[in-house]
Amino acid sequence: MFEGFEGGRMPAAFMSAGTSSFTEFLRAVNPELLPGQHLGTTGGSADHLTPDATTIVALTFPGGVLLAGDRRATQGNVIANRDMDKLYRTDEFSAVAIAGSAGIGIELARLYQVELEHYEKLEGRSLSLEGKANKLAQMVRGNLGMAMQGFVVIPLLVGFDEVTEQGRVFSYDAVGGRYEEQRYHSIGSGSVFAKGSIKKLYREDLDETTAIKVALESLYDAADEDSATGGPDLHRRIFPLIDVITEDGHRRVPTEEVARLATEVVQGRAENPDGPTARLD
Amino acid sequence: MPFYVAPEQQMKDKADYARKGIARGRSAVVLQYEGGILLVADNMSRTLHKISELYDRIGFAAVGRYPEFENLRLMGVRFADVRGYQFDRRDVSGRQLANIYAQTLGTVFSESLKPWEVEIVVAEVGDTADGDEIYRITFDGSIVDEQGFVAVGGSSEQVGEILKDRFVADAPLSAALNAATHALAHENGEARELEASNLEVAVLERSRHHRKFRRIHGSRLISLIEEGQRNNAANASGGANTTDDEADQD
Repeated sequence: MFEGFEGGRMPAAFMSAGTSSFTEFLRAVNPELLPGQHLGTTGGSADHLTPDATTIVALTFPGGVLLAGDRRATQGNVIANRDMDKLYRTDEFSAVAIAGSAGIGIELARLYQVELEHYEKLEGRSLSLEGKANKLAQMVRGNLGMAMQGFVVIPLLVGFDEVTEQGRVFSYDAVGGRYEEQRYHSIGSGSVFAKGSIKKLYREDLDETTAIKVALESLYDAADEDSATGGPDLHRRIFPLIDVITEDGHRRVPTEEVARLATEVVQGRAENPDGPTARLD
Repeated sequence: MPFYVAPEQQMKDKADYARKGIARGRSAVVLQYEGGILLVADNMSRTLHKISELYDRIGFAAVGRYPEFENLRLMGVRFADVRGYQFDRRDVSGRQLANIYAQTLGTVFSESLKPWEVEIVVAEVGDTADGDEIYRITFDGSIVDEQGFVAVGGSSEQVGEILKDRFVADAPLSAALNAATHALAHENGEARELEASNLEVAVLERSRHHRKFRRIHGSRLISLIEEGQRNNAANASGGANTTDDEADQD
Protein backbone atom coordinates (compact mmCIF):
# COMPACT_ATOMS: atom_id res chain seq x y z
CA MET A 1 0.00 0.00 0.00
CA PHE A 2 2.94 2.33 0.45
CA GLU A 3 6.50 2.09 -0.79
CA GLY A 4 8.80 0.83 1.92
CA PHE A 5 5.91 -0.30 4.04
CA GLU A 6 5.73 -4.03 3.61
CA GLY A 7 7.21 -5.25 6.87
CA GLY A 8 4.47 -3.82 9.08
CA ARG A 9 6.65 -0.91 10.04
CA MET A 10 7.24 2.41 8.38
CA PRO A 11 10.85 3.33 7.53
CA ALA A 12 12.58 4.66 10.65
CA ALA A 13 12.73 8.17 9.21
CA PHE A 14 8.96 8.49 9.59
CA MET A 15 9.19 8.38 13.35
CA SER A 16 12.51 10.05 14.06
CA ALA A 17 12.37 13.44 15.71
CA GLY A 18 14.47 14.60 12.75
CA THR A 19 13.43 17.45 10.56
CA SER A 20 10.26 19.48 10.35
CA SER A 21 11.00 20.32 6.71
CA PHE A 22 8.97 18.33 4.22
CA THR A 23 11.53 18.81 1.45
CA GLU A 24 14.34 17.41 3.59
CA PHE A 25 12.16 14.53 4.66
CA LEU A 26 11.20 13.74 1.08
CA ARG A 27 14.87 13.87 0.08
CA ALA A 28 15.53 11.18 2.69
CA VAL A 29 12.65 8.82 1.92
CA ASN A 30 11.30 9.51 -1.59
CA PRO A 31 13.86 11.67 -3.42
CA GLU A 32 12.34 10.75 -6.79
CA LEU A 33 9.27 12.81 -5.90
CA LEU A 34 11.19 16.09 -5.67
CA PRO A 35 10.70 18.47 -8.60
CA GLY A 36 13.21 18.19 -11.42
CA GLN A 37 15.03 15.13 -10.08
CA HIS A 38 15.33 13.53 -13.50
CA LEU A 39 16.33 16.59 -15.42
CA GLY A 40 19.84 16.87 -14.04
CA THR A 41 21.87 15.30 -16.84
CA THR A 42 20.34 16.55 -20.06
CA GLY A 43 22.86 18.30 -22.28
CA GLY A 44 22.19 21.79 -23.57
CA SER A 45 19.08 23.85 -23.22
CA ALA A 46 15.82 22.00 -22.79
CA ASP A 47 13.56 24.92 -21.99
CA HIS A 48 11.34 24.22 -24.99
CA LEU A 49 9.96 21.24 -23.09
CA THR A 50 7.62 23.18 -20.85
CA PRO A 51 5.55 26.31 -21.50
CA ASP A 52 6.16 29.65 -19.84
CA ALA A 53 3.82 31.18 -17.33
CA THR A 54 3.59 34.92 -17.86
CA THR A 55 2.49 38.00 -15.97
CA ILE A 56 1.83 38.30 -12.23
CA VAL A 57 1.15 41.48 -10.25
CA ALA A 58 0.95 42.06 -6.51
CA LEU A 59 0.04 45.17 -4.59
CA THR A 60 -0.59 46.05 -0.99
CA PHE A 61 -3.46 48.12 0.33
CA PRO A 62 -4.21 49.20 3.89
CA GLY A 63 -4.99 46.01 5.81
CA GLY A 64 -4.06 43.51 3.14
CA VAL A 65 -2.34 42.43 -0.01
CA LEU A 66 -3.54 41.30 -3.41
CA LEU A 67 -2.05 38.88 -5.92
CA ALA A 68 -3.28 38.67 -9.50
CA GLY A 69 -2.23 36.66 -12.52
CA ASP A 70 -3.19 36.43 -16.16
CA ARG A 71 -4.25 33.03 -17.47
CA ARG A 72 -1.93 32.47 -20.41
CA ALA A 73 0.95 30.02 -20.83
CA THR A 74 2.99 30.21 -24.00
CA GLN A 75 5.42 27.94 -25.77
CA GLY A 76 7.36 30.03 -28.25
CA ASN A 77 4.78 31.72 -30.42
CA VAL A 78 2.04 29.25 -29.47
CA ILE A 79 -0.49 29.76 -26.69
CA ALA A 80 -0.06 26.55 -24.73
CA ASN A 81 -2.87 27.17 -22.27
CA ARG A 82 -5.41 29.96 -22.00
CA ASP A 83 -6.93 29.28 -18.60
CA MET A 84 -3.99 28.40 -16.44
CA ASP A 85 -4.03 29.05 -12.68
CA LYS A 86 -0.67 30.42 -11.57
CA LEU A 87 -1.68 31.45 -8.08
CA TYR A 88 -1.29 29.11 -5.14
CA ARG A 89 -2.79 29.55 -1.73
CA THR A 90 0.12 28.36 0.39
CA ASP A 91 -1.52 28.79 3.77
CA GLU A 92 -4.10 30.92 5.51
CA PHE A 93 -1.95 34.05 5.32
CA SER A 94 0.23 33.64 2.27
CA ALA A 95 0.05 32.92 -1.44
CA VAL A 96 2.59 32.36 -4.19
CA ALA A 97 2.44 32.97 -7.91
CA ILE A 98 4.90 31.69 -10.47
CA ALA A 99 6.37 32.97 -13.71
CA GLY A 100 8.76 31.12 -15.98
CA SER A 101 8.94 27.39 -16.72
CA ALA A 102 5.44 26.24 -15.88
CA GLY A 103 6.11 22.53 -15.34
CA ILE A 104 8.80 23.20 -12.76
CA GLY A 105 6.99 26.15 -11.22
CA ILE A 106 3.80 24.21 -10.54
CA GLU A 107 5.76 21.50 -8.73
CA LEU A 108 7.73 24.08 -6.80
CA ALA A 109 4.56 25.83 -5.66
CA ARG A 110 2.93 22.55 -4.68
CA LEU A 111 5.98 21.50 -2.69
CA TYR A 112 6.13 24.89 -1.01
CA GLN A 113 2.48 24.58 -0.05
CA VAL A 114 3.07 21.23 1.65
CA GLU A 115 6.29 22.54 3.19
CA LEU A 116 4.48 25.34 5.05
CA GLU A 117 1.63 23.13 6.18
CA HIS A 118 3.99 20.34 7.23
CA TYR A 119 6.02 22.69 9.39
CA GLU A 120 2.86 24.07 10.96
CA LYS A 121 1.54 20.62 11.82
CA LEU A 122 4.79 19.25 13.20
CA GLU A 123 5.77 22.33 15.17
CA GLY A 124 2.30 23.40 16.24
CA ARG A 125 2.77 26.95 14.95
CA SER A 126 3.27 28.48 11.53
CA LEU A 127 6.47 30.02 10.26
CA SER A 128 6.84 33.77 10.52
CA LEU A 129 6.33 35.60 7.24
CA GLU A 130 10.10 36.17 6.98
CA GLY A 131 10.61 32.46 7.65
CA LYS A 132 8.23 31.63 4.82
CA ALA A 133 10.02 34.07 2.52
CA ASN A 134 13.44 32.61 3.36
CA LYS A 135 12.20 29.05 2.90
CA LEU A 136 11.01 29.93 -0.59
CA ALA A 137 14.39 31.53 -1.34
CA GLN A 138 16.12 28.26 -0.46
CA MET A 139 13.79 26.32 -2.72
CA VAL A 140 14.39 28.67 -5.65
CA ARG A 141 18.13 28.36 -5.04
CA GLY A 142 17.73 24.59 -5.13
CA ASN A 143 16.43 25.00 -8.66
CA LEU A 144 19.57 26.85 -9.83
CA GLY A 145 20.96 23.85 -11.70
CA MET A 146 17.84 23.68 -13.79
CA ALA A 147 17.69 27.43 -14.20
CA MET A 148 21.10 27.15 -15.88
CA GLN A 149 19.54 24.78 -18.40
CA GLY A 150 16.80 27.24 -19.15
CA PHE A 151 14.13 26.15 -16.67
CA VAL A 152 13.99 29.45 -14.85
CA VAL A 153 11.19 29.78 -12.28
CA ILE A 154 10.55 33.06 -10.53
CA PRO A 155 7.99 33.12 -7.73
CA LEU A 156 6.29 36.10 -6.15
CA LEU A 157 5.26 35.68 -2.52
CA VAL A 158 2.60 37.77 -0.81
CA GLY A 159 1.50 37.45 2.76
CA PHE A 160 -0.31 39.15 5.58
CA ASP A 161 2.07 39.74 8.47
CA GLU A 162 0.10 38.99 11.61
CA VAL A 163 2.65 40.80 13.79
CA THR A 164 2.76 44.13 11.95
CA GLU A 165 -0.78 43.63 10.56
CA GLN A 166 0.06 44.60 7.01
CA GLY A 167 0.37 42.98 3.63
CA ARG A 168 3.88 42.36 2.32
CA VAL A 169 5.34 41.37 -1.03
CA PHE A 170 8.57 39.41 -1.65
CA SER A 171 10.23 38.96 -5.01
CA TYR A 172 13.03 36.55 -5.99
CA ASP A 173 15.71 36.12 -8.58
CA ALA A 174 16.79 32.82 -10.15
CA VAL A 175 19.63 32.24 -7.67
CA GLY A 176 17.34 32.61 -4.68
CA GLY A 177 17.95 36.25 -3.90
CA ARG A 178 15.05 37.55 -1.84
CA TYR A 179 13.88 41.15 -2.05
CA GLU A 180 11.07 42.72 -0.11
CA GLU A 181 9.09 45.03 -2.37
CA GLN A 182 7.43 48.20 -1.19
CA ARG A 183 3.77 48.61 -2.10
CA TYR A 184 3.66 46.73 -5.43
CA HIS A 185 5.59 44.52 -7.80
CA SER A 186 5.17 42.50 -10.97
CA ILE A 187 7.00 39.52 -12.49
CA GLY A 188 6.90 37.65 -15.78
CA SER A 189 7.13 38.62 -19.43
CA GLY A 190 4.61 41.46 -19.22
CA SER A 191 5.89 42.75 -15.88
CA VAL A 192 7.56 45.87 -17.26
CA PHE A 193 4.27 47.12 -18.65
CA ALA A 194 2.19 45.98 -15.71
CA LYS A 195 4.48 47.63 -13.20
CA GLY A 196 4.51 50.87 -15.15
CA SER A 197 0.74 50.80 -15.19
CA ILE A 198 0.41 50.16 -11.43
CA LYS A 199 2.93 52.90 -10.74
CA LYS A 200 0.60 55.44 -12.30
CA LEU A 201 -2.58 54.14 -10.71
CA TYR A 202 -1.38 53.23 -7.22
CA ARG A 203 -2.61 55.26 -4.24
CA GLU A 204 -1.76 54.77 -0.59
CA ASP A 205 -5.44 54.62 0.39
CA LEU A 206 -6.72 52.02 -2.06
CA ASP A 207 -9.55 49.86 -0.79
CA GLU A 208 -9.86 46.23 -1.80
CA THR A 209 -12.14 46.74 -4.79
CA THR A 210 -10.11 49.62 -6.17
CA ALA A 211 -6.95 47.58 -5.70
CA ILE A 212 -8.52 44.77 -7.75
CA LYS A 213 -9.36 47.31 -10.41
CA VAL A 214 -5.76 48.60 -10.47
CA ALA A 215 -4.52 45.01 -10.86
CA LEU A 216 -6.94 44.39 -13.73
CA GLU A 217 -5.94 47.61 -15.47
CA SER A 218 -2.28 46.71 -15.15
CA LEU A 219 -2.82 43.20 -16.51
CA TYR A 220 -4.77 44.69 -19.40
CA ASP A 221 -1.83 46.98 -20.14
CA ALA A 222 0.56 44.03 -19.96
CA ALA A 223 -1.62 42.04 -22.38
CA ASP A 224 -1.83 45.09 -24.59
CA GLU A 225 1.95 45.30 -25.01
CA ASP A 226 3.18 41.76 -24.42
CA SER A 227 2.04 38.96 -26.74
CA ALA A 228 2.63 36.31 -24.08
CA THR A 229 0.20 37.85 -21.59
CA GLY A 230 -3.49 37.10 -21.90
CA GLY A 231 -6.10 39.80 -21.35
CA PRO A 232 -9.66 39.26 -20.10
CA ASP A 233 -11.44 36.94 -22.55
CA LEU A 234 -15.09 38.05 -22.46
CA HIS A 235 -16.23 35.51 -25.02
CA ARG A 236 -14.79 32.46 -23.31
CA ARG A 237 -15.44 33.97 -19.87
CA ILE A 238 -11.78 33.61 -18.87
CA PHE A 239 -10.71 36.33 -16.47
CA PRO A 240 -7.56 36.99 -14.47
CA LEU A 241 -7.41 35.25 -11.11
CA ILE A 242 -7.16 37.35 -7.99
CA ASP A 243 -6.29 36.33 -4.44
CA VAL A 244 -6.70 38.72 -1.53
CA ILE A 245 -5.14 38.20 1.90
CA THR A 246 -6.25 40.23 4.90
CA GLU A 247 -6.41 39.61 8.63
CA ASP A 248 -9.37 37.32 7.88
CA GLY A 249 -7.10 35.08 5.85
CA HIS A 250 -6.85 34.10 2.23
CA ARG A 251 -9.70 34.59 -0.21
CA ARG A 252 -9.96 33.90 -3.93
CA VAL A 253 -12.08 36.71 -5.36
CA PRO A 254 -15.20 35.06 -6.88
CA THR A 255 -15.28 34.81 -10.66
CA GLU A 256 -18.48 36.87 -10.95
CA GLU A 257 -16.89 39.79 -9.15
CA VAL A 258 -13.73 39.65 -11.26
CA ALA A 259 -15.89 39.28 -14.38
CA ARG A 260 -17.87 42.39 -13.48
CA LEU A 261 -14.78 44.50 -12.79
CA ALA A 262 -12.88 43.14 -15.80
CA THR A 263 -15.83 43.90 -18.08
CA GLU A 264 -15.81 47.48 -16.74
CA VAL A 265 -12.10 47.71 -17.56
CA VAL A 266 -12.63 46.41 -21.08
CA GLN A 267 -15.56 48.79 -21.65
CA GLY A 268 -13.46 51.67 -20.35
CA ARG A 269 -10.85 50.79 -22.93
CA ALA A 270 -13.45 50.95 -25.68
CA GLU A 271 -13.74 54.67 -24.96
CA ASN A 272 -10.15 55.24 -24.05
CA PRO A 273 -7.86 52.49 -25.46
CA ASP A 274 -4.89 53.48 -23.31
CA GLY A 275 -6.85 53.36 -20.10
CA PRO A 276 -7.06 55.82 -17.23
CA THR A 277 -4.45 58.54 -17.23
CA ALA A 278 -2.64 60.02 -14.26
CA ARG A 279 -3.35 63.63 -13.36
CA LEU A 280 -0.58 66.22 -13.83
CA ASP A 281 -1.09 68.92 -11.28
CA MET B 1 19.71 -19.61 31.38
CA PRO B 2 16.39 -18.12 30.25
CA PHE B 3 13.21 -19.47 31.77
CA TYR B 4 10.48 -20.69 29.48
CA VAL B 5 7.50 -18.35 29.48
CA ALA B 6 4.40 -19.44 27.63
CA PRO B 7 3.47 -17.08 24.76
CA GLU B 8 0.04 -16.57 26.28
CA GLN B 9 1.61 -15.43 29.52
CA GLN B 10 4.04 -13.19 27.67
CA MET B 11 1.27 -11.44 25.78
CA LYS B 12 -0.83 -11.13 28.89
CA ASP B 13 2.04 -9.56 30.81
CA LYS B 14 2.68 -7.09 28.01
CA ALA B 15 -1.00 -6.20 27.79
CA ASP B 16 -1.24 -5.68 31.56
CA TYR B 17 1.85 -3.51 31.46
CA ALA B 18 0.42 -1.36 28.65
CA ARG B 19 -2.99 -1.06 30.31
CA LYS B 20 -1.46 0.05 33.58
CA GLY B 21 0.64 2.65 31.82
CA ILE B 22 -2.34 4.04 29.93
CA ALA B 23 -4.49 4.11 33.08
CA ARG B 24 -2.04 6.47 34.76
CA GLY B 25 -3.05 9.30 32.41
CA ARG B 26 -6.32 11.07 31.77
CA SER B 27 -8.80 10.12 29.06
CA ALA B 28 -9.92 11.68 25.82
CA VAL B 29 -13.18 11.54 23.90
CA VAL B 30 -14.09 12.00 20.25
CA LEU B 31 -17.70 12.46 19.20
CA GLN B 32 -19.89 13.70 16.40
CA TYR B 33 -21.83 16.95 16.70
CA GLU B 34 -24.07 18.77 14.24
CA GLY B 35 -21.19 20.54 12.49
CA GLY B 36 -18.65 17.73 12.35
CA ILE B 37 -16.48 15.93 14.88
CA LEU B 38 -15.46 17.19 18.30
CA LEU B 39 -12.23 16.07 20.00
CA VAL B 40 -11.77 16.71 23.73
CA ALA B 41 -8.92 15.70 26.00
CA ASP B 42 -8.25 16.27 29.64
CA ASN B 43 -4.88 17.97 29.31
CA MET B 44 -3.23 20.50 31.61
CA SER B 45 -0.50 21.36 29.14
CA ARG B 46 -1.08 24.05 26.56
CA THR B 47 1.82 22.99 24.39
CA LEU B 48 2.14 19.20 24.69
CA HIS B 49 -0.90 18.33 22.65
CA LYS B 50 -2.96 15.19 22.88
CA ILE B 51 -5.10 16.32 19.97
CA SER B 52 -3.67 17.29 16.60
CA GLU B 53 -4.31 17.67 12.93
CA LEU B 54 -3.13 14.94 10.60
CA TYR B 55 -4.52 16.15 7.29
CA ASP B 56 -7.30 18.20 5.70
CA ARG B 57 -10.22 16.21 7.10
CA ILE B 58 -8.39 14.02 9.60
CA GLY B 59 -7.72 14.56 13.28
CA PHE B 60 -5.76 12.61 15.86
CA ALA B 61 -6.35 12.13 19.58
CA ALA B 62 -4.17 10.08 21.89
CA VAL B 63 -3.71 9.11 25.50
CA GLY B 64 -0.85 7.44 27.31
CA ARG B 65 2.84 8.19 27.13
CA TYR B 66 3.50 11.45 25.34
CA PRO B 67 6.79 10.61 23.55
CA GLU B 68 5.30 7.41 22.17
CA PHE B 69 2.14 8.89 20.71
CA GLU B 70 4.06 11.94 19.56
CA ASN B 71 6.14 9.56 17.43
CA LEU B 72 2.94 8.15 15.98
CA ARG B 73 1.63 11.62 15.28
CA LEU B 74 4.80 12.59 13.40
CA MET B 75 4.55 9.40 11.41
CA GLY B 76 0.94 10.08 10.49
CA VAL B 77 1.58 13.67 9.40
CA ARG B 78 4.56 12.59 7.31
CA PHE B 79 2.71 9.69 5.76
CA ALA B 80 -0.28 11.87 4.91
CA ASP B 81 1.80 14.71 3.49
CA VAL B 82 3.93 12.42 1.33
CA ARG B 83 0.88 10.63 0.05
CA GLY B 84 -1.06 13.83 -0.60
CA TYR B 85 1.93 15.29 -2.44
CA GLN B 86 2.54 12.14 -4.43
CA PHE B 87 -1.07 11.75 -5.53
CA ASP B 88 -3.77 14.21 -4.57
CA ARG B 89 -5.06 15.70 -1.34
CA ARG B 90 -8.26 13.65 -1.68
CA ASP B 91 -6.23 10.44 -1.75
CA VAL B 92 -5.35 10.64 1.94
CA SER B 93 -7.93 8.85 4.07
CA GLY B 94 -8.49 8.17 7.73
CA ARG B 95 -8.71 4.47 7.03
CA GLN B 96 -5.17 4.36 5.60
CA LEU B 97 -3.82 6.21 8.60
CA ALA B 98 -5.72 4.00 11.04
CA ASN B 99 -4.30 0.97 9.25
CA ILE B 100 -0.69 2.03 9.41
CA TYR B 101 -1.12 2.93 13.06
CA ALA B 102 -2.65 -0.48 13.75
CA GLN B 103 0.15 -2.27 11.90
CA THR B 104 2.85 -0.23 13.61
CA LEU B 105 1.40 -0.74 17.08
CA GLY B 106 0.80 -4.43 16.35
CA THR B 107 4.41 -4.93 15.28
CA VAL B 108 5.73 -3.08 18.31
CA PHE B 109 3.48 -5.09 20.61
CA SER B 110 4.49 -8.50 19.31
CA GLU B 111 8.15 -7.85 18.56
CA SER B 112 9.55 -5.59 21.22
CA LEU B 113 9.94 -6.29 24.88
CA LYS B 114 8.08 -3.19 25.97
CA PRO B 115 4.73 -2.43 24.35
CA TRP B 116 3.78 1.17 23.73
CA GLU B 117 1.47 2.57 26.38
CA VAL B 118 -0.80 4.46 24.04
CA GLU B 119 -4.30 4.40 22.72
CA ILE B 120 -5.24 6.57 19.78
CA VAL B 121 -8.19 7.77 17.77
CA VAL B 122 -8.14 8.72 14.10
CA ALA B 123 -11.22 10.70 13.05
CA GLU B 124 -12.14 11.78 9.57
CA VAL B 125 -14.99 14.19 8.89
CA GLY B 126 -17.01 13.43 5.77
CA ASP B 127 -19.16 15.60 3.52
CA THR B 128 -22.20 14.46 5.49
CA ALA B 129 -22.55 12.96 8.97
CA ASP B 130 -22.89 9.51 7.38
CA GLY B 131 -19.44 9.89 5.89
CA ASP B 132 -17.75 10.50 9.25
CA GLU B 133 -15.27 7.84 10.33
CA ILE B 134 -13.89 7.31 13.82
CA TYR B 135 -11.27 4.63 14.43
CA ARG B 136 -9.92 3.57 17.77
CA ILE B 137 -6.53 1.85 17.79
CA THR B 138 -5.28 0.19 20.95
CA PHE B 139 -1.75 -0.59 22.16
CA ASP B 140 -1.76 -4.10 20.61
CA GLY B 141 -2.77 -2.86 17.19
CA SER B 142 -6.45 -3.76 17.37
CA ILE B 143 -8.56 -1.41 15.35
CA VAL B 144 -12.23 -0.67 15.93
CA ASP B 145 -14.49 1.35 13.66
CA GLU B 146 -16.59 3.31 16.19
CA GLN B 147 -20.04 4.76 15.58
CA GLY B 148 -20.79 8.28 16.77
CA PHE B 149 -18.48 8.56 19.74
CA VAL B 150 -15.51 6.94 21.44
CA ALA B 151 -13.58 7.31 24.67
CA VAL B 152 -9.96 6.30 25.08
CA GLY B 153 -7.82 6.02 28.17
CA GLY B 154 -7.49 3.95 31.32
CA SER B 155 -11.15 4.14 32.25
CA SER B 156 -12.49 4.43 28.72
CA GLU B 157 -15.35 2.00 29.39
CA GLN B 158 -16.63 4.08 32.28
CA VAL B 159 -16.23 7.35 30.37
CA GLY B 160 -17.85 5.78 27.33
CA GLU B 161 -20.84 4.65 29.38
CA ILE B 162 -21.43 8.14 30.79
CA LEU B 163 -20.97 9.70 27.38
CA LYS B 164 -23.45 7.26 25.86
CA ASP B 165 -26.25 8.63 28.07
CA ARG B 166 -25.79 12.17 26.87
CA PHE B 167 -24.59 11.62 23.33
CA VAL B 168 -26.76 13.04 20.54
CA ALA B 169 -25.25 12.80 17.06
CA ASP B 170 -26.63 16.14 15.86
CA ALA B 171 -26.25 18.13 19.06
CA PRO B 172 -24.98 21.70 18.88
CA LEU B 173 -21.30 22.21 19.68
CA SER B 174 -21.88 23.52 23.21
CA ALA B 175 -24.09 20.55 24.11
CA ALA B 176 -21.61 18.04 22.66
CA LEU B 177 -18.80 19.74 24.57
CA ASN B 178 -20.89 19.63 27.72
CA ALA B 179 -21.50 15.90 27.30
CA ALA B 180 -17.79 15.31 26.66
CA THR B 181 -16.58 17.27 29.68
CA HIS B 182 -19.23 15.67 31.86
CA ALA B 183 -17.97 12.22 30.86
CA LEU B 184 -14.31 13.17 31.32
CA ALA B 185 -15.02 14.68 34.74
CA HIS B 186 -16.53 11.44 35.97
CA GLU B 187 -13.77 9.02 35.07
CA ASN B 188 -12.58 6.66 37.81
CA GLY B 189 -15.89 7.22 39.56
CA GLU B 190 -14.88 10.67 40.75
CA ALA B 191 -16.75 13.88 40.10
CA ARG B 192 -14.37 16.71 39.30
CA GLU B 193 -15.01 20.11 37.89
CA LEU B 194 -13.22 20.53 34.55
CA GLU B 195 -12.34 24.08 33.58
CA ALA B 196 -11.21 25.53 30.30
CA SER B 197 -7.60 25.40 31.45
CA ASN B 198 -7.81 21.62 31.92
CA LEU B 199 -9.25 20.98 28.52
CA GLU B 200 -7.79 20.61 25.10
CA VAL B 201 -10.54 21.01 22.54
CA ALA B 202 -10.57 20.89 18.76
CA VAL B 203 -13.13 20.35 16.03
CA LEU B 204 -13.14 18.99 12.51
CA GLU B 205 -15.60 21.42 11.03
CA ARG B 206 -17.50 20.02 8.07
CA SER B 207 -18.31 23.39 6.52
CA ARG B 208 -14.75 24.74 6.62
CA HIS B 209 -12.73 24.98 3.43
CA HIS B 210 -9.29 23.45 2.95
CA ARG B 211 -8.15 22.27 6.36
CA LYS B 212 -11.08 21.44 8.61
CA PHE B 213 -9.19 21.08 11.88
CA ARG B 214 -9.49 23.98 14.28
CA ARG B 215 -8.48 24.33 17.90
CA ILE B 216 -10.89 25.97 20.32
CA HIS B 217 -9.33 27.79 23.24
CA GLY B 218 -9.39 31.01 25.23
CA SER B 219 -12.55 33.05 25.46
CA ARG B 220 -14.40 31.01 22.82
CA LEU B 221 -13.87 27.83 24.80
CA ILE B 222 -14.98 29.48 28.04
CA SER B 223 -18.15 30.84 26.46
CA LEU B 224 -18.93 27.44 24.89
CA ILE B 225 -18.52 25.71 28.24
CA GLU B 226 -20.77 28.26 29.94
CA GLU B 227 -23.37 27.98 27.21
CA GLY B 228 -23.36 24.20 27.55
CA GLN B 229 -23.74 24.40 31.33
CA ARG B 230 -26.60 26.91 31.10
CA ASN B 231 -28.51 24.79 28.60
CA ASN B 232 -27.85 21.67 30.60
CA ALA B 233 -29.10 23.29 33.79
CA ALA B 234 -32.19 24.57 32.00
CA ASN B 235 -32.77 21.06 30.70
CA ALA B 236 -32.42 19.52 34.12
CA SER B 237 -34.60 22.01 36.02
CA GLY B 238 -37.35 22.20 33.44
CA GLY B 239 -36.86 18.60 32.40
CA ALA B 240 -40.36 17.51 33.42
CA ASN B 241 -42.23 20.02 31.32
CA THR B 242 -39.69 21.27 28.77
CA THR B 243 -38.97 19.39 25.62
CA ASP B 244 -35.43 19.11 24.30
CA ASP B 245 -36.26 21.35 21.36
CA GLU B 246 -37.25 24.26 23.54
CA ALA B 247 -34.20 23.90 25.71
CA ASP B 248 -31.93 23.94 22.67
CA GLN B 249 -33.20 27.34 21.69
CA ASP B 250 -32.19 28.92 25.01
